[in-house]
Amino acid sequence: MEISYWNKEVETADRETIKQIQLQRLKGIIAAALKTPFYSKHLPAVGIKSPDDVRSLDDLRKIPFTMKDDLRQNYPKGLLSVDTSEVVRIHTSSGTTGIPTVIYLSAKDLDNATDLMARSITGTGASRADILQNMMSYGLFTGGLCMHYGAERVGMMVIPAAGGNTKRQVQLMKDFRTTVLHITPSYLLHIHSKLAEFGISRNDLALQKAFIGAEPHSENTRRKIEELYGIDAYNSYGLSEMNGPGIAFECVYKNDLHFWEDAYIVEIINPKTGELVPDGEQGEVVLTNLIRNAMPLMRYRTRDLAYLHTEPCKCGRTHRRMSRILGRSDDMLIINGVNVFPSQIEEVIMRVPEVGTNYQIHVEKQGALDRLVVKVELYPKMFIGEAKQIDSLKAKISDELKASITIKPAIELHEHGSLPVFEGKAVRVVDTRDKL
Amino acid sequence: MKIKQISIFLENRKGRLYDVCSLLGTKNVNIRALNVAETESFGILRIVVDKPDAAVKSLGEAGIIARITDVIAVEVTDKPGGLAEILRVLADEDVNIEYMYGFVEKSSDKALMVFRFDDADKAAAILKRNNISIVNEQGVREL
Repeated sequence: MEISYWNKEVETADRETIKQIQLQRLKGIIAAALKTPFYSKHLPAVGIKSPDDVRSLDDLRKIPFTMKDDLRQNYPKGLLSVDTSEVVRIHTSSGTTGIPTVIYLSAKDLDNATDLMARSITGTGASRADILQNMMSYGLFTGGLCMHYGAERVGMMVIPAAGGNTKRQVQLMKDFRTTVLHITPSYLLHIHSKLAEFGISRNDLALQKAFIGAEPHSENTRRKIEELYGIDAYNSYGLSEMNGPGIAFECVYKNDLHFWEDAYIVEIINPKTGELVPDGEQGEVVLTNLIRNAMPLMRYRTRDLAYLHTEPCKCGRTHRRMSRILGRSDDMLIINGVNVFPSQIEEVIMRVPEVGTNYQIHVEKQGALDRLVVKVELYPKMFIGEAKQIDSLKAKISDELKASITIKPAIELHEHGSLPVFEGKAVRVVDTRDKL
Repeated sequence: MKIKQISIFLENRKGRLYDVCSLLGTKNVNIRALNVAETESFGILRIVVDKPDAAVKSLGEAGIIARITDVIAVEVTDKPGGLAEILRVLADEDVNIEYMYGFVEKSSDKALMVFRFDDADKAAAILKRNNISIVNEQGVREL
């Protein structure tokens, strides 16, 4: 198989060289971190007062974990190391209690992230000859813009289609002979079920590859996509806190995702004890970003569960591979690529006087897409006896949830006392989608 | 003039309508008129009964969400065009009907219809002025 590299020297560097790069960059990140209100409190407490206090990579373990909650509590500028005049871009993601999290990128940081994205794209065999239709959301979400920049750097023709409007998406694919898609796996499956309706057959399209990400999926889902379309589908991993996609990507062998270790230090820990787990064992992914100075983030607990491969890959890259994401160590749900915490839903429901405090969240498959149903109980005293009250109440709850979690759920109103009541820990979430 | 209608919120769940009717039966409450507004996932059962206060109390004790709303029971001449005549009066006077349904029983040669208006007092005054008879609570009980 033909192997293409974006930066062969780094991608195939020996492990010792990668470690040297990591240590050198970590010192730079420490220097930046000491300029932030957040880390300047925490680093001296563990004996790190200057970059020179980090002598080996083992010293990283002295640094306490940074949690998503730290990002929220220090919103908006607690982790910013530079003046905003140095910042060229921010991205935010929605928070569980209405407080979002934010990342800042300097021009250099953005350049680094773009370069890694280009490296990831090239690793799949895609090149400037390809036409990429980018079907992730643009805007505050990292998925769209980060891929866009990387693909432009590779020299691909980019169609910034963003999400939604399936008919137009397919038309764009046909008219511009799109060869590569960047898309969530559930949406890609959904589109296939629509082709006949649009009067378009697979042979009208020039698709060869898909970069699938933003939601965990199984090997079976990948195979199904590959068989239905006759394309190669490559798993993409990213999270907004670490710059978005392009931080771990599959190569042409499609045998799990190369983590770009010159740019990120990956640790896999036991989520309960915080201890490192042995290589090859499943645990929570903890990441240190080595290529972003405007907003340093070290030992960040992603809550994603995965394991690392230790054996080398046939492609010649020395960067270790991470398994597909196998689950979460918190209760976050990923619904059609959108991250949703049950607490966000609860917070909205509790503001609505017409419903009681008991509720249930159901996530199910409807065709290829995920469907979110929120079940609440009508509070007897608030019932005025009119059907239109119930209809408008449902619409109100649905709209308020859309404003908070960005997706619009179906609302089911139940009689009070009819949803299950739990004496111990309540089971609020019923997820009937296939387990990975 | 106005009579009491009981509106009951019901999930679309097997046997739920039976639960309500059976409960009212054991409490010796007689249903005079009935209508169901249904949607995909829930229904609103509307009933006019002979003992509305007792009925609401029993329903509440059984954990059923019920609420009294005011409606007007109108006598309609039981002949072709009888209902149309009433609707014409209401339309001419710009009275908005939210919903309506028929009684189970008839009173002599008149049919009885339940009307829910957005402004019940205004509607009642107009009906009276046009010599259309309205049945009161006692009339409903004595049916």
